[in-house]
Amino acid sequence: MSTRLASGGRLLDRSKAVDFTFNGKRMRGFAGDTLASALLANGQTLVGRSFKYHRPRGIVASGAEEPNALVNLGQGPRHEPNQRATTTELFDGLRATSQNHWPSLEFDVGVINNYASRFLPAGFYYKTFMAPRPAWKHVFEPFIRQSAGLGKAPKDRDADIYEHFYAHVDVLVIGGGIAGLAAARQAGAAGARVLLIEQTAHWGGRAPVDGAEIDGMPAAEWVNDTVEALEAEENIRLRRRCMGAGIYDHGYVMAYERLGDHDPQEGLPRHRLWKIRAKQVVTATGAIERPLSFAGNDLPGVMLAGAIRDYVVNWGVSPGDRTVVVTNNDDAYRTALALKQAGLEVPAIIDARPAPASPLIQAARDLGIKVETGRAVAKVKGRARVEGVAVSAQAGEGAALQDITCDAVAMSGGWSPVVHLWSHCGGKLVWDEENAHFRPDVARPPIGADGAGFVRAAGIANGAMGTRDVLADADAQGRAAALACGHKRRKKTAPSAAAEEAAPLEPVWLMPQGAGAALRAKMWLDFQNDVKVSDVQLAAREGFESVEHTKRYTTLGMATDQGKLSNINGLAVLSQSLNEEIPQVGTTTFRPPYTPISMGAIAGEARGAIFQPLRRTPMHDWHAENGAYWEPVGHWRRPYCYQRPGESVEEAVQREVRNTRENLGLLDASTLGKILVKGADAGKFLDMMHTNMMSTLKPGRCRYGLMCTENGFLTDDGVVARIDDETFLCHTTTGGADRIHAHMEEWLQTEWWDWKVWTANLTEQYAQVAVVGPKAREVLDLMGGMDLSAGALPFMGWADGQIGDFKVRVYRISFSGELSFEIAVDAHRGRAFWDALLEAGAGFGVMPYGTEALHIMRAEKGFIMIGDETDGTVIPQDLGLDWAISKKKTDYLGKRAQERTHMTDPDRWKLVGLETLDGSVLPDGAYATAPDSNANGQRNVQGRVTSTYHSPTLNRGIAMGLVKHGPDRMGEVLEFPRTDGGKAAVKAKIVSPVFYDPDGEKQNV
Amino acid sequence: MKRYSAFAIAREALRGHTGWDRAWGSPQPKDRYDVVIIGAGGHGLATAYYLGKNHGVKNVAILEKGWLGGGNTGRNTTIIRSNYLQDASAAIYEKSRSLYETLSQDLNYNVMFSPRGVMMLAQTQHEIRGYRRTAHANALQGVATEFIGPQRVKELCPIINIDGPRYPVLGALWQPRGGTARHDAVAWGYARACSAMGMHVIQKCEVTGVKTEGGKVTGVATTRGDIACGKLGIVVAGHSGVVAEMAGFRLPVESVALQALVSEPIKPCMDVVVMANTVHGYMSQSDKGEMVIGGGADGYNNYTQRGSFHHIEETVRALVETFPMISRLKMLRQWGGIVDMTGDRSPILSKTPVEGVFINCGWGTGGFKAIPGSGWGFAELMAKGASPLTAEFGLERFREGRFIDESVAAGVAH
Ligand SMILES: Cc1cc2nc3c(=O)[nH]c(=O)nc-3n(C[C@H](O)[C@H](O)[C@H](O)COP(=O)(O)OP(=O)(O)OC[C@H]3O[C@@H](n4cnc5c(N)ncnc54)[C@H](O)[C@@H]3O)c2cc1C
Repeated sequence: MSTRLASGGRLLDRSKAVDFTFNGKRMRGFAGDTLASALLANGQTLVGRSFKYHRPRGIVASGAEEPNALVNLGQGPRHEPNQRATTTELFDGLRATSQNHWPSLEFDVGVINNYASRFLPAGFYYKTFMAPRPAWKHVFEPFIRQSAGLGKAPKDRDADIYEHFYAHVDVLVIGGGIAGLAAARQAGAAGARVLLIEQTAHWGGRAPVDGAEIDGMPAAEWVNDTVEALEAEENIRLRRRCMGAGIYDHGYVMAYERLGDHDPQEGLPRHRLWKIRAKQVVTATGAIERPLSFAGNDLPGVMLAGAIRDYVVNWGVSPGDRTVVVTNNDDAYRTALALKQAGLEVPAIIDARPAPASPLIQAARDLGIKVETGRAVAKVKGRARVEGVAVSAQAGEGAALQDITCDAVAMSGGWSPVVHLWSHCGGKLVWDEENAHFRPDVARPPIGADGAGFVRAAGIANGAMGTRDVLADADAQGRAAALACGHKRRKKTAPSAAAEEAAPLEPVWLMPQGAGAALRAKMWLDFQNDVKVSDVQLAAREGFESVEHTKRYTTLGMATDQGKLSNINGLAVLSQSLNEEIPQVGTTTFRPPYTPISMGAIAGEARGAIFQPLRRTPMHDWHAENGAYWEPVGHWRRPYCYQRPGESVEEAVQREVRNTRENLGLLDASTLGKILVKGADAGKFLDMMHTNMMSTLKPGRCRYGLMCTENGFLTDDGVVARIDDETFLCHTTTGGADRIHAHMEEWLQTEWWDWKVWTANLTEQYAQVAVVGPKAREVLDLMGGMDLSAGALPFMGWADGQIGDFKVRVYRISFSGELSFEIAVDAHRGRAFWDALLEAGAGFGVMPYGTEALHIMRAEKGFIMIGDETDGTVIPQDLGLDWAISKKKTDYLGKRAQERTHMTDPDRWKLVGLETLDGSVLPDGAYATAPDSNANGQRNVQGRVTSTYHSPTLNRGIAMGLVKHGPDRMGEVLEFPRTDGGKAAVKAKIVSPVFYDPDGEKQNV
Repeated sequence: MKRYSAFAIAREALRGHTGWDRAWGSPQPKDRYDVVIIGAGGHGLATAYYLGKNHGVKNVAILEKGWLGGGNTGRNTTIIRSNYLQDASAAIYEKSRSLYETLSQDLNYNVMFSPRGVMMLAQTQHEIRGYRRTAHANALQGVATEFIGPQRVKELCPIINIDGPRYPVLGALWQPRGGTARHDAVAWGYARACSAMGMHVIQKCEVTGVKTEGGKVTGVATTRGDIACGKLGIVVAGHSGVVAEMAGFRLPVESVALQALVSEPIKPCMDVVVMANTVHGYMSQSDKGEMVIGGGADGYNNYTQRGSFHHIEETVRALVETFPMISRLKMLRQWGGIVDMTGDRSPILSKTPVEGVFINCGWGTGGFKAIPGSGWGFAELMAKGASPLTAEFGLERFREGRFIDESVAAGVAH
């Protein structure tokens, strides 16, 4: 039974009790506990169920590498699945529940998979569930989905908030163990701006637990002193609970700070994502202990030796009363010593090495611990937790020599440097024979923009073993990192530690060496995903020889711990099966993040109403207050229509159209793009951008212009006004403003960089209102200040002047077919101008109208709309816009493309009007069928609807469309099948696209 | 090839799974093959498979520089749909989708095709019109799709937020028989079937040169020696430009990194695939329980197989907005693949200026769904010189301006 020791626990504050629940059971821990240590302290050794076989699972590790102890945390809008108990700091009121079982943790029906496990080897699902065919979707897959997955899905919107932080530093040190501290200390001394981050709540990493001495004092003391000294330096910043998540190109690093997980509070951010630009990164990320592969190594009570030491020393918890230690290296002896010192029993140390000798081993013997060398754990006994071990020779097949009763097993297969961050951005690894691990290949680091490495590993993360070497290496890396960014102010003497004498590790990938099939099928590699030695061997036999294949076939290393414990062990088994060396087989790719980070943190502040920036015209609030039914257009929102009480959207639109045609309408046109193009070559430039001739436009005049892509397709349109000899103002569509501005700049900067042309996007500088309808001139005359008669300001002219109190620029252009003035005022005067128009217009029946009324009116006039009549495949010639294509110019963007065979093909679909025979509205996007089918069995078509509306003016459906040979087929009737359930196709006649006022008598008054 | 079945598993279980055959061989390259395919991704393997199955061409080698299925085939988010707008696209993607329906049985390998339904959200008026148009086109193309309203969207996918403050869901284009499949299994299933026909799948064999004589292909140089061939199929996705250059011609293709990510696994909460193009992100839940999320491509060309973080951020932001419950899930892993983008974002399945050399590339961000159909059509093209499925996808279309542009139907094209 695991329990709390009467004394000890260097991280605990025993004066502060903390209450929490696990599966509804009330439990108590202390301030300083992790959820894992508190669970152990409360005797809770069973904490979850494995993914595939639903086997009972206990805590294995004490940190980020934990594969088993995942819990659901919190409730409702704060419910979070898959929270790692080992990295969850205990707080008052914490509520955790275990996962992946039904009906309960202790009695889980899913465990049937365990008894059937021989029928469920690696990749079995690729070989079955194929018949009968529909059963996969309806029977097998739903069943697999139910039994897979881990935690419960959250249901509610997250109640917490998140934020992003940006930092620029010279040297980023990741990891606050003694290596990180030493590196930061030296880099800081050199004068570099240093950021030191540590994922846990504590500085110092393993050293204080391992009991090393640094500079003549206990490690814990040295750590405290050093942290204090670093905090006093203004060029060094330290952050705890902040994990280096990923390293990206150009020294870009993501870090994940957990601000509120240990102390949830309303209104404060829970997590913070740091976006760091560092000139140099030092990864002092430590090492992770490897499990040993013996039968039953997955039973609750079998733990990593280093973790057991952590629980005893840091949290005053004993994982068991009698702990057998099994190892292939010296380090685990420290665990035996720590247990013994805490007054716990260590019946034996099982050491796989034939005859190791070192001071540590001697120390264990001196304390009276039995050390069995050349021995192995043949298997662990017990069903739901450890009850004992059978010991055999490591060399044999596992014939039991002796049984030892125990309730915990501490295992150590050696330590692997944490190379994840080093590897994220292309750092390469070498295989270290002596320590049987991969470590960073310093000759092949991640490369920065200058061609030099920008990441250095330090300490044990760099393969340095033992306190003395770790400190020396980290000190040197800190110094080198600072130098690499040009800092060399001072150099401090390196911290020192005594050399430790240790017996060499001996790689043990199978325990015992010659274990037979039955034992191998009980040796777990990946505890969470239930991958066993036998699975990897099966994969190798079946030809999955690449490590990536094996990983994918067996799911080894694909669990939430991403193989932190299993990868090397699995790789070793694979290479043995293939008869190849480990480095030849190679590792899988390390991908960010180091441990999972919340989606909330990645999304940051951007949610709800501020999910994206909202662009607002000066009249936005008026629209909101007056029933605007919004339509998102890019980052803007435009009123689709203004709904009055009791009115449907459709009714509102029809009302707005009728009123504009009969009286007076106002449109907030501020969102239209307004790009100023200026310079001696501005005319020449616009001649290239547009299909029309713009250089001949006279100041004071406007021209409707078309822009095409290099491929000839129509991409935007708008009215160009010539302001003076050197200045043009180009209007674009709302959605096109930024795109067209960028398009212009791209050409100017890459192709015509020597032309004297400058552009500026003035879209937001002006508020613009279209004053439209037969009474438009009357209302403006009433406001007074400017002669707007047809003589003074003819159609397609513009003028600066004054209307009422407002300085204005008036364009006489029309997109509705009515008499229309588009009036621009400075943006800050926009709302006042709008209000003034409403006031002056009251007597004329003024009514604002939205985008849909705009669309209908332009369709009644046969004007095309970018995005409706065009879709990236349409050229101006298709739309009957040949008149807007200059024949005189030698070139414009798209000209050459429009000469290609397919573009000049007489069979291209061309713009026409469409009128249903019964007056109904043609379905949006409907296609006109043609006889027969094509070679692929698809129905032939000969045209399609591009815009379709009910016209209140004509009181019938009108539509525009593209039809093969359309303009030559006036009066012909086409059939458009429906998709809304209606059987009979809609019949429509080909007509002219101009439905309203074909001679322009309304607009040219 | 021993057949896979529940019975076979039971039999093997009783003898410790020692009797399973290798899924595919590990042959030494021969001096010559009738057909050499470069690239053992899904498209290369499927091409070989249908060459053998439909056209009796079995003296085939598939050369792979790394491990089979290790390119984009093993990195994608596995969305399968055929609700494309243009006839040529709809034809090949629907052929593909329909082959997926029976692929497990055909290959005797469970590729886990799961027609769970794919919906593409309309969140602007423009999208509504676009998807209505696609639904009309699909009806005539024989692709079953339907435009559905927001309430139906919510019923099919309860975790979706249909009335977000910025982009409320206005409807969706729904393809009930779209879905997902297990990407590795598709590659492995084809590889096993090719191997069983006597074809050679040769891994760790990089093609370093293409040999020609008088404008006609004679073979390839590889890291495992020279190999002669009658016909050569280049099916190397992101590296198409590189291999085409070896054969002496250029392609209108750019290579960029496209990224994806998964969350930690959770119990089932989402049955359908949802793509949200306005906010730019898409998501489904794998059988393992992970939320599988895909996002945008980098704006610059590169071969790194990793991408810029801001794309991840943009995608996650979009999806947290669309599915607020994922905020408290965690990102487990992110990765990238190099996708081959053509000017019109449609693939190239074509003869080339070199006689006997054929190219299949340009699937870009959306070619997983096309693997069976592309293999079917490309095999026909290689065997017979023409195929109705590939007819529109020739290289000459760029010269003629005969693009197959899908931008109307999909901002996110996966
Ligand atoms: C992140 C991401 C998400 C995606 N999501 C989807 C999706 O949801 N749905 C969808 O339909 N599609 C998706 N795709 C696209 C899809 O993955 C690809 O279009 C498809 O897999 C391409 O298959 P392929 O066989 O052509 O290429 P690959 O699988 O890349 O195969 C090409 C092979 O050629 C090999 N090769 C290259 N050069 C040589 C040489 N010189 N010699 C020998 N071999 C060589 C490579 O090693 C590789 O194995 C996605 C792609 C990515 C990257």
